[in-house]
Amino acid sequence: MNAGLIEQLRILEREGADQIKAAASTSELEQLRVELLGRKGRLTGVLRQLGTMPADGRPAVGAEANRVKQALAELLESRLGSLAAPVTAEPTLDLTLPGRRPWRGALHPVTRVVDEICAIFRDLGFTRVAGPEAETTWYNFTALNTPLDHPAADVHDTFYLAEDLVLRTHTSPVQARIMEAHRPPIRIVVPGMAYRRDSWDASHAPAFDQIEGLAVDEGITFVDFKATLAEFARRFFGSDTRTRFRPSFFPFTEPSAEVDVSCQICGGKGCSACKGTGWMEIMGAGIVDPAVFENVGYDPERYTGFAFGMGPARIAMQRYRIPDIRLLYESDVRFLEQFAGQG
Amino acid sequence: MNVSYRWLQAIAPTITEPPHELAHRLAMLGAPVDEVRELGAGIRGVVIARVEEVRPHPNADRLRLCTVDAGTGQALQVVCGAPNVTAGGLYPFAPVGATLPGGFEIREAKLRGEISQGMLCSARELGLGRDHMGLMTLSNGWEPGTSFVEALELDDARLLVDVTANRPDLLCHLGVAREVAPGGIDDLRLPSFPAGGGAELGIEVHGEEGATAGVRVILEDARGCPRYLGAVIRGIRVGPSPEWLAARLRAVGLRPINNVVDATNYVLFELNQPLHAFDLDKLGDQVRIRRARPGERLRTLDGLERTLEPQMLVIADTERPVALAGVMGGEESEVTEETRAVFLECALFDPLTVRKAARSVALSTDSSYRFERGIDPGGQPRALRRVVDLILAVAGGEIADRGVDLYPRRVGELRIALRPTRIEQVLGISLSVDEVIRQLHRIGFEMDASGAPLRVRVPGYRPDVTREIDLIEEIARRVGYDQFPEELLPFRPSAVPEDARVALAARLREWFRGLGFLEARTVGFAPRDDHRVPLLNPLSAEESHLRDSLAAGLLRRVEHNWAHGTRDVRLFEIGTVFLPAAPHEVLQEEIRVAAAFTGLRRPPHWSDAGRDERWDLWDLKGLLEELAAELALEAQLVPESALLEAITAPETRLGIRLAEGWLGGGGQVAATAVDAPAWAAPVFVLEARLPVRAAISAAPEYRPIPEYPGTERDLALVTPVGVPAAEVAETIRAHAGALLEALCPFDVYEGAGLSAGERSVAWRLRFRAPDRTLTDAEVDAAVERVLQALLEKHGVRRR
Repeated sequence: MNAGLIEQLRILEREGADQIKAAASTSELEQLRVELLGRKGRLTGVLRQLGTMPADGRPAVGAEANRVKQALAELLESRLGSLAAPVTAEPTLDLTLPGRRPWRGALHPVTRVVDEICAIFRDLGFTRVAGPEAETTWYNFTALNTPLDHPAADVHDTFYLAEDLVLRTHTSPVQARIMEAHRPPIRIVVPGMAYRRDSWDASHAPAFDQIEGLAVDEGITFVDFKATLAEFARRFFGSDTRTRFRPSFFPFTEPSAEVDVSCQICGGKGCSACKGTGWMEIMGAGIVDPAVFENVGYDPERYTGFAFGMGPARIAMQRYRIPDIRLLYESDVRFLEQFAGQG
Repeated sequence: MNVSYRWLQAIAPTITEPPHELAHRLAMLGAPVDEVRELGAGIRGVVIARVEEVRPHPNADRLRLCTVDAGTGQALQVVCGAPNVTAGGLYPFAPVGATLPGGFEIREAKLRGEISQGMLCSARELGLGRDHMGLMTLSNGWEPGTSFVEALELDDARLLVDVTANRPDLLCHLGVAREVAPGGIDDLRLPSFPAGGGAELGIEVHGEEGATAGVRVILEDARGCPRYLGAVIRGIRVGPSPEWLAARLRAVGLRPINNVVDATNYVLFELNQPLHAFDLDKLGDQVRIRRARPGERLRTLDGLERTLEPQMLVIADTERPVALAGVMGGEESEVTEETRAVFLECALFDPLTVRKAARSVALSTDSSYRFERGIDPGGQPRALRRVVDLILAVAGGEIADRGVDLYPRRVGELRIALRPTRIEQVLGISLSVDEVIRQLHRIGFEMDASGAPLRVRVPGYRPDVTREIDLIEEIARRVGYDQFPEELLPFRPSAVPEDARVALAARLREWFRGLGFLEARTVGFAPRDDHRVPLLNPLSAEESHLRDSLAAGLLRRVEHNWAHGTRDVRLFEIGTVFLPAAPHEVLQEEIRVAAAFTGLRRPPHWSDAGRDERWDLWDLKGLLEELAAELALEAQLVPESALLEAITAPETRLGIRLAEGWLGGGGQVAATAVDAPAWAAPVFVLEARLPVRAAISAAPEYRPIPEYPGTERDLALVTPVGVPAAEVAETIRAHAGALLEALCPFDVYEGAGLSAGERSVAWRLRFRAPDRTLTDAEVDAAVERVLQALLEKHGVRRR
């Protein structure tokens, strides 16, 4: 089929001409000569197919091949002439000039913290799960032993979507949902957003990240609880990190604790970041209240467990020395690009 | 809760550690101290002085010359501008060399030509209050020259204790002392009052009605008020409190008002029992505890006229309400300097009733705060006696009658069974019964019997303790959380599988990061739009609804970056959107991924020689194609989209389709949808939902790598307007036969040599047979079939 070969020759001519015009150096031109017209070049490649076609069509193809070869050779010569004009035509190869790089991508600083926390808990046997952000008041409050009219519900100033539907004020409702859907042993972490009616300022946002954790089985005790969270703290903050558990109050844990770690900035000596205490509060936690087990149909005499919740945004702010929470949600490229590295 | 260190010591003299150590111990007991404020710290050298004589200043109308006895044996001349300075009065005096808070040092000065050898001080100048209308007046009885700080016990520390909602017992000094005294309750005593020690108030218990000193007290609503005590004191002299009492109140941040009101506040802060004193003469002869009547009004002590609602509990005289029960008293029956007799109220109000009333009048008072959290239902008689003692000591007068105690239904004591085995099951350590009893006794829990289980009596001031687990928490707390060992025990693997969406989200984040995108986080709110779910109680109009798209939020972030001069933006986000749902449900949630990008495709490079490499629609389409493959194997990309219709230009829309509906889409942002500066490059957006179940991709199966060479054919096809490339490709595939291995367009040309509306699309076809080298004849035959079909179906001819 001479039409096919002639078409190929014309495409070769067009492409070859483009390449020759775009070439920026004599060495590039020399390379093109070999690629296009050389013994193993494209033109030869086309002509090799001559053998497979009927003899009567060959002269036409041959003539076209000659024409293309000559045209490209002329173009090469003239291009070579114009490039060779200055004697030092070869551009200086200056390897100190910057290379051509792609944009650097980055995960959000809070994501980095969330991922690291979840990875540590994964090593400790916790699987990652999720739950809805629009939550019923049952799961958000009642199932968690928080009557709606108790002052404890005061600390959650809550966004309502309907009479019995809220934007969850913490990730804890997922505890109840998971317990209803599964039997122990349960070991989960729940990263997600939570919402409170706080106006924007340097340390408050109406929406914020939280990570919930829950372990339920037979035989889990306060000793276990302390050990697991202290182990997490050492893995996350460094092996010499000390942990402090203080009594506190959450309606859905009993006993409840605030967990502090030795200040990451001063190492526990006391500085402005830790207000001189040497400690930084990182999470609220406790032994699961038997009332929560009753609400989800578990036997509180058989199962015990512990739960914890922490704010990765706050931890990210401490870790990366971010002074204002609003920076986390502004999505300023100049801010986000700072988190492109792996450190 | 503000706690005075000296006050604590007065109740528990065994407390000897310095305030900062005490603060630490409180923290470890569950009541962190936000701040320890040293009081009187900035005052140095200030003494109590008597003004002997007051004369006009010869050169100034508003200033006066005082002769001051500061105990030095030498009369000093002091210029004073305060209107209330009187001869014979005792005032704090800062002599030359003394220092006031803020580091202000007193020097001898000449004021309008007259020497002033020191300064008579107001409370504000001493850092003791905001009152700077006049000098701080001290009661008689102090020797001039006495140290002011020592006399007023100002060398105190205020601990700002952060009390959790479950611990109302810590809202008073007795409760805090109980927690921290080394011997617990055995160390506590209520200090006696200077000049006190009068007759003890007798109290008579009644049902729903009783009388004291001619005042009939009627309890109409025993649900809102389970217990109501009253007593009358006559013959009092209302005036400023003695310094010791004023100092106690100042130390906890209260402003002294008068001796009667101060006495009620003192007992409130000592015993956690709110009290109220009514001016008896304004009250008449009847006190009725009832619900408010529709339209009733009350001017409360803060001077505001309030309309009451029928669910509010009030204290009323024969006609009108005189107080909003447990929240605030009325102005009309307020104790004033003219008051000669008071009716003292000491009640137990229902937490919910008080909470609702306080909420609806938007007030939170020291009283309502405590009632809401629950006070000791048995604490009223002691508190009433205590306040009567104190009033007699500081305001004089005498008890008019036995007090009345309306207590129709006694609240029984709570007893809880406590099993040592359960303690061990929860806490993981074993404690001896003696240790358990000792720890609980210190904070007032007593045992009925020490068999197993233990029977534990719960003191009334601990309404939070109602169950065995609450006692176990108390034990853990008293033992000290730091005393527990930390031992990592073996665990069984979680029965809960990982949520596929969490893993998919993590994978997509890495994917976008690898492509050079920056992860954004925006919050889930958006301005009003009819397609969005509204918040019932939004914070602002810009955040009044829930977002129904991530890309729309990212566009606002692109604008933010433009506004800061950043031209090259590439953001992505994974987050939740909220869509209105069927009538019986409020909304439906979806986790989505979205991206928005504009500007240069990669950072500018010196070799670009000024040629801009901007993102274009083909970048968007490529991303969508790849994303579709990440999300769902069977997804198809089509040149239309039901997503992002509000923000994309219609002719640029691309959608990811599944058999059951739209999975995602994208396009170039319409000029009207974004506030772009003149220099801005086009913006592209995409958005897709994360499938509930991740794409189950079959494990790849190995196919043999071809052994025989393939043959390529390039076809330049003149394609009439209206014939899309996808249809041409489809026809090529359909007619090229099984030997066609790959097909792709490699050039598109419009212009010279073609008629208007035509374009030339060059396609490369690769043919290959798995078992032999193809002959040209086979390939040519296939190409011929293709060309034939193209011409017939689409009018496409070879160029």
